[in-house]
Amino acid sequence: MASLKIICPNGHLGFAPLKTGSFHLGVAAKPDFIAADSGSDDIGPVPLGNDSCASPRAWQEHDLEEMLLAARSLGVPMMIGSAGDTGTNSRVDMYVEIIRDIAARHNLAPFKLGWFYSEVDREYVRAKIRGGSPIRGLDARPELTEDELDATQRIVAMAGVHPFMKLLEEGCDVIIGGRSSDSAIFAAAALSRGYPEAQSYYLGKVLECASFCAEPYGAKETVMGEITPEHVEVTAMSPEQRCTVASVAGHAMYERSNPFHEFVAGGMLDMTDCHYDQVADKTTRVTGMEFEPAAEFRVKLEGSGKVGERFVGMAGIRDPYTIAHVDEVIAWARRQAEERFGAEGWELHYSVFGRNGVMGELEPLKDQPGHELCIVVQGIAPTREMAEEVTMTGTRQLFYARLPDVKGTAGGVSFVLDEVMQASPAYRWTLNHTMAVDDPLELFPTHTAMIG
Amino acid sequence: MNTHKKLADLAKTIRSKNAGTDKITFDIIFREKETYEMVKRSKVLTPDSVCQILNVDPARLTDFVEYDPAYAIKFTILRDRPSGSAGDGDIFGAQQYAPFLDVMVDISH
Repeated sequence: MASLKIICPNGHLGFAPLKTGSFHLGVAAKPDFIAADSGSDDIGPVPLGNDSCASPRAWQEHDLEEMLLAARSLGVPMMIGSAGDTGTNSRVDMYVEIIRDIAARHNLAPFKLGWFYSEVDREYVRAKIRGGSPIRGLDARPELTEDELDATQRIVAMAGVHPFMKLLEEGCDVIIGGRSSDSAIFAAAALSRGYPEAQSYYLGKVLECASFCAEPYGAKETVMGEITPEHVEVTAMSPEQRCTVASVAGHAMYERSNPFHEFVAGGMLDMTDCHYDQVADKTTRVTGMEFEPAAEFRVKLEGSGKVGERFVGMAGIRDPYTIAHVDEVIAWARRQAEERFGAEGWELHYSVFGRNGVMGELEPLKDQPGHELCIVVQGIAPTREMAEEVTMTGTRQLFYARLPDVKGTAGGVSFVLDEVMQASPAYRWTLNHTMAVDDPLELFPTHTAMIG
Repeated sequence: MNTHKKLADLAKTIRSKNAGTDKITFDIIFREKETYEMVKRSKVLTPDSVCQILNVDPARLTDFVEYDPAYAIKFTILRDRPSGSAGDGDIFGAQQYAPFLDVMVDISH
């Protein structure tokens, strides 16, 4: 069995544009697939709840155009997961439209496009709960309740290899996926050509973040993975980077709590006994991976629920006395909001930069504030009008805070802008759970069309 | 003779990042096996000490791993609220590692 090569140019397509130099070197190496994931839950709950992108459309088009032109000129499949940052249905439709537009603009020869959705209707989840199949919490979360489900705006299921493999079997040249496990995109390509599960999932694991498995640090550069039935080799395409034993082994830890186990829909990749060898200057070979199929097929769900409309205000403090009493200043402003709006039905959040704005309660130096502070105020309420007024109260009343010994009686804070700014609505992650399914494809309807 | 060094002067990488929506994971990675083994022996990074440094209840520490293939010490905590909730100062969890830069390591054994 010959080897199979896949290149990945970007660990989060569109989040920042791929670097074309190393991508073109990767294309010149004649890969069998070109693939990337376009999503992440790193971006917080707003894009999923709001059904919006975290990245400018121009950057997403840039990466899709580079990949589509390369894939069609080589005549190899192109695979994208988690379209448009979140993989919601509207983002999949948007990527399908972008692919159609690029194909038309470049007059590409006809090709088969496949896509699948991964949004899950709330009532579908409710039926599972009522039917006695609990929606289990991940990361110490409790089982999903119907109340928490009702508080959720939008849910996506995390696809494994199955919808990708189905579309490859149907002969698709380009695949746009809804929310996907990033490693599954690459694993599906290898599995569809008959490579074993352990090596295939490892290939996906190592390629998913593109050049994050190379050194020195440099994001958005292309890497190439090559799989055989026995091993996976990974090579940096950028002239500046190498895949070393340290960089590849180190990547196994990245963004996950446990470096030995990677859970995907349908099983677990076990990297405990992985062995790493530097086989060429820019290439590391990995052997010893195992795959353990799951007893029950459970799919991860992500859900986001709206908290309210949101505005943001900012204020600075330079007076050392006021800095020493900043919590009282904030308490004053909060009390003024309570007097105006009552005790409930709105929220004010204060981040005190210069003290512990970044780390909050984790900050060991929170009793050693700097000589000036910036307070970021977030006000949340059911309507825009109320959110604006809550935020304005919570910000401007910092100016009027009554501290007994303050010398500066003309105003307690500085303003860069004497206004509050509308931000995205506030959302929160309501689902980080798994749901049992009978059929690995039941949440991921697939579609195909000829383009051109 | 100075018998202590800062972790920042010994480690190649000291970083933090989200591990999903509910956790932040910390990686402290060394260039050489000898330095990694020395830091392990020094016991400055243990499940107890990292919780003390971050001022979190030990129940919030979900993983603590000495990961030999990458000469790395890795640990993970539960956030007090999911990432990106209003008021979260670090949606990506990428700037939570700073307190570990200054951890002093006894290099005399």
